Amino acid sequence: MISFLFFLGFLVFYGLIAIYAERKISAFIQDRYGPMEVGYKGLLQTFADILKLLQKEHIFTFAADKPLFAIAPTIIFVAMFAAFAVIPLSVNITGSTVATGVYYAIAIVSLDILGILMAGWGSNNKYAIIGAYRSVAQIVSYEIPLGLAVLGVIMMSGTLDLQEISMQQSIFYESATKNTESYLFGLKFLGINVGKYGGILSWNIFRMPPLIIGFVIFFITSLAESNRAPFDLPEAESELIAGFHTEYSGFRFAIIMLAEYGVMLLTSFLAVVLFLGSWSTPLPNIGALKLAEWTSGTPGSISADLWGIFWLCLKAMTLVLCQIWIRWTFPRLRVDQLMNLGWKYLTPAALIIIFIVGLWKLALL
Amino acid sequence: MKRKGANNTYFGNITEAFDTLITGLKTTWKHIPLARKKRSLENVDSEKYFEKQEGLFTVQYPRFEMPVPEKGRYQLHNEIEDCIVCDKCAKVCPVDCIDIEPVKATEEIGKTSDGTPKRIHAAKFDIDMAKCCFCGLCTTVCPTECLTMSQDYDYSTFDITDHNFPFSKMTEKEISDAKADLEKAMEEKAAMAREKAESRATSESSEKSADSTKPKAAKPKFIPRPMKKKKEGNNDDNKKEDK
Repeated sequence: MISFLFFLGFLVFYGLIAIYAERKISAFIQDRYGPMEVGYKGLLQTFADILKLLQKEHIFTFAADKPLFAIAPTIIFVAMFAAFAVIPLSVNITGSTVATGVYYAIAIVSLDILGILMAGWGSNNKYAIIGAYRSVAQIVSYEIPLGLAVLGVIMMSGTLDLQEISMQQSIFYESATKNTESYLFGLKFLGINVGKYGGILSWNIFRMPPLIIGFVIFFITSLAESNRAPFDLPEAESELIAGFHTEYSGFRFAIIMLAEYGVMLLTSFLAVVLFLGSWSTPLPNIGALKLAEWTSGTPGSISADLWGIFWLCLKAMTLVLCQIWIRWTFPRLRVDQLMNLGWKYLTPAALIIIFIVGLWKLALL
Repeated sequence: MKRKGANNTYFGNITEAFDTLITGLKTTWKHIPLARKKRSLENVDSEKYFEKQEGLFTVQYPRFEMPVPEKGRYQLHNEIEDCIVCDKCAKVCPVDCIDIEPVKATEEIGKTSDGTPKRIHAAKFDIDMAKCCFCGLCTTVCPTECLTMSQDYDYSTFDITDHNFPFSKMTEKEISDAKADLEKAMEEKAAMAREKAESRATSESSEKSADSTKPKAAKPKFIPRPMKKKKEGNNDDNKKEDK
């Protein structure tokens, strides 16, 4: 329940902040000012835009398939928001403790494509339907490397439970399970047990170095998942006006917009939980400087919750920042280039990563 | 520098993709810390104008303005004190945007700053900037250089009729006074002329003999020449005569 309330509030707050950040960062990259008029340095600009959207009329086009058109934004948003249920917030706040958390998250995010297809089809507009088709084609070629990249993590940690995966990357793992089988780079013969050090060394990408490439693959596919540049084919402004949400207006448009930014946040959270140490601190214990312990709190108390939420959101926000930065740097891929990248480069690479992770674990641990 | 896309092998593509992507990310990242700086307000005349100017390029217009060249063609301005209402500007204007109503003065009404006497009131001196084509011809013909183009360029309005700028400073009363004066003067003049004519008529009738004694000036005689058909020989003759 705490998890639900936190994510609902945080998503709305994040929506305001992320849209403002996106505008400002894009402006700075292009030597512009960005919003400057509403509030101090334009801070209230997004808020003003949302107020405007809420007052707008819901426009249904004459030939639209009205039930599909009306319900599509809800499905897009619900599918996105439901996946937040399994994201653990800290050592105490686990969200929904389903044993198949990763599976559930990946599956429910793909459901979002159903809403996009409904929106495109229901609009009865050529741009919308082309956008929806592209989105479906894109998701087919991107779900596979995404799933394979996640599979590497699952093989390493041996569980589908996101909280369990998070625990393994924290300094609480040793005390909680009496398990000391956690070595730097997964190399037992080095004899460095990262359970004592914690911090950045116990993150999955450092416990299993091949997962660094796995993380890059996951990050690239998560960009495609959230329909962002350079994979924003479903809503390519220059070709398709706004793609699948061309005909939307008012509150429904606001919901689609929020869902788009929500998917960004969700994929960033997933990347953090799976690869970048989840809610654990990045600072390791160094000799007498117990940085990891100081910045983790004590399990069971509110301090652990606050530190956990802080680190999780900080890491996720850094990834969102990277997504924004990437969006304003790279041009959009063509459909064939996208297929090429998905099938000929990312899928084989993800398969090889799984193979190496398996060997690494068998041979070296 | 390596040629891009020259090595179309599988791994060549991957390395090239990473190289170029990282170069691109670096390029855009460099601009973010530069956003603390602002572009300097250099005029286009300045020699530094084309030098690399780092930082934000936008000019937030109503708060900051870029200086404009001094000799630009912007809004027309008439220094009505110096205007002699010669009407040259209105005549030369290709789009007829200057509307002048002159009222002749009965006497010299003042001097312009360069000492030219003013003899005509400008009852109306309107320049319709909505029609103006910014050719600047009016400013070049102006003999007293009272009509100039100022540095103002921001005079957009919600109503197009607000683009009509009146420069005449005369009030209705002054105009009607000037007109009355002129009418009075004209009447006086006409009366004088009539008087003169009358007096001449009376003098003509009384002193007809005197008039008739006056030797008449010889009128130039006009003898029309008969049209001649042009002949080659004739033409040659003419040429010879010219020579």
